[in-house]
Amino acid sequence: MSTRSDLPAWVDIGLIPALNLVIAFIMAGLVVLIIGENPIKALAILLGEPLFSLQGWCNILYYATNFIFTGLCVSVAFHAGLFNIGGEGQAYVAGLGAATPGLILGGALASILPNALSQPITLLICLIGSFIVGGLWGLFPGYLQAKRGSHIVITTIMLNFIAASLMQYMINRVYRPTGNQAVESRAINDAYIWNLREIGNLFGAKLPSTPLTPVIFIALLAAFAVWYLLWRTKLGYEIRTVGANQEAAIYAGISPPRIIMITMMISGGVAGLLAFHEVLGPQHKLLLEYVQGAGFVGIAVALMGRSHPVGIVLAALLFGLLSEGGTQLSFEIQSISKDLVVVIQGLVVLFMGALEQAFHPLLQKFFRQES
Amino acid sequence: MEFALLPEILSSTVRMSVPLILACIAGLWSERSGVVDIGLEGKMLVGAFSAAAAASYFHSPWIGLLLAILVCIMFSLVHGYASITQRGNQVVSGVAINMLAAGLTVVIGNSWYKQGGRTPQLDDASRFLPINFPGRDALFEMDGVGPIAKIFLDHSVLAFIAFALVPLSAWALAKTRFGLRLRAVGENPQAVDTAGISVARLRYQAVIIAGVLCGIAGAYLSTALQTSFVRDMSAGRGFLALTALIFANWRAWPALGACLLFGFLQAVANFMQGFHLFGVEIPVQVFNALPYIMTIVLLAGFIGKSVPPKASGTPYSKDR
Repeated sequence: MSTRSDLPAWVDIGLIPALNLVIAFIMAGLVVLIIGENPIKALAILLGEPLFSLQGWCNILYYATNFIFTGLCVSVAFHAGLFNIGGEGQAYVAGLGAATPGLILGGALASILPNALSQPITLLICLIGSFIVGGLWGLFPGYLQAKRGSHIVITTIMLNFIAASLMQYMINRVYRPTGNQAVESRAINDAYIWNLREIGNLFGAKLPSTPLTPVIFIALLAAFAVWYLLWRTKLGYEIRTVGANQEAAIYAGISPPRIIMITMMISGGVAGLLAFHEVLGPQHKLLLEYVQGAGFVGIAVALMGRSHPVGIVLAALLFGLLSEGGTQLSFEIQSISKDLVVVIQGLVVLFMGALEQAFHPLLQKFFRQES
Repeated sequence: MEFALLPEILSSTVRMSVPLILACIAGLWSERSGVVDIGLEGKMLVGAFSAAAAASYFHSPWIGLLLAILVCIMFSLVHGYASITQRGNQVVSGVAINMLAAGLTVVIGNSWYKQGGRTPQLDDASRFLPINFPGRDALFEMDGVGPIAKIFLDHSVLAFIAFALVPLSAWALAKTRFGLRLRAVGENPQAVDTAGISVARLRYQAVIIAGVLCGIAGAYLSTALQTSFVRDMSAGRGFLALTALIFANWRAWPALGACLLFGFLQAVANFMQGFHLFGVEIPVQVFNALPYIMTIVLLAGFIGKSVPPKASGTPYSKDR
């Protein structure tokens, strides 16, 4: 997906994203100006306000947890030359894998084991469940691409819509307790991920109310695992070879269809971990639309992070800051909707993804003498 | 299914199909020239917003339509600049357009009208109403013919434009010099370039046509089908139109069929809470998912085969 560049590395991974980001902010500032507010003040709240409170930091990390998962999902596929737009659907359907063990198995385990033992075991099964279900939802378009030649972009888009219908049906008809008005499952108390405040209470510390959970460490671990997979294992080498040149991969004895399917399974699986986080963490139940566009933010995160796990973690933090800042902005300046953040995300995707070559000639002219 | 509801459902099918047809034909023009357009959804959305905002300000649906078209052309040009001039990734550009549209319409709408992204209710004078031709009421009240005529004729002018665009596009793409060149550019741009015709120019023309049609589709949503703009009102119709285009194998007449079929499924989903077939209840979600499932089956080549224009999605550069 990413093109070889003849620019110095720091320009490629540092300056270009920074430059594009600045332009995205300038254009977002213009939007603020058009609606008659002060863009400097708006951007100061958006980027600054969350940094001055513990709660702000916690919320940034909460958003970043989801964005790391979806960013990794997009970038793993990128490395095999695949554009997986289906992270949204994969993370959504994975909710079945996250919630079901918690609802069914959790109670059974809790009755035979002490709570301190049954909870972690159930959570582990939920974690694996969400990875597998998300992975299968990714494997399917991977199979269609590899074996039937259907374009992955098209099939993953369609599977997002099929996922939405499927989940609406499943939650409404299967998971909703009879007589319950709200379209959601019963609370999943047997696989309950504590948030930071609840953990703090154990130690008598008074922490701010936040949806942040220790799953952030699983997200960081996932980022490390993806790095290790891609750059330190044979499979990772094969994935990157298929992404760089399929013909060459075939000559090297690699089977692209096999790699495409495995990659999409991993990609969907990592997106599925978002369900583990969101369903068992902040929500404690399976409910409608809990992914809330994080799958698409993942595209921006992967592009911004240059498809490298370190970049993705940093980009996820940045977009986490934007999400939290956007909420605070809409509180403080009522006439600015927090959807301004979606505009910025769109601008980042446009400049980092579609227009990434735009500054190339200019920068090349500038840096040629040096290199 | 209640048989008495059938005229209602068929009439609704036509109304639901109109935005799909417009967006689908927009996609047809763009993709036949080799530019993949994932951004139909977003363009339709900004079109709907612009039409509703302008119509409520100027009290004229026509000014609304004009503005919708202009704004959609601007978005098309962004997509064109990224994918034709800069040779960027067309899918990524489309995703960006969709995100920009979803964000901008709400941010601007919320600040202008303070109704959570909704635009003011339009009165009848600011909307496209069903055409009031002479003898309309008499025709609709006739026994037998009336209800059938109502299904086909009780629609706004935009609906007739949409249906007229299908034969027009089929003819233009198959018979005119412009259409033939445009299709050639989507199949083999090198050959067109060798013949001394500008690939970029043709592709820009194609994306502008797509912009115009998306503008009409958006105006239809907010000023004919509904009485105002609400956030995310395109509700996946752009993607459904894209699906119809693939289902129709990138051809105009089959696209009409696909859009009518998908429109029918939407209409049924809206009318039915539980649909019974041979005593088995079919949940409403099946109707929502069916177009995508059918197209995936088709794409997988299990039944027939859908083949995109050869050069679609690949930017053209002379030096290759």
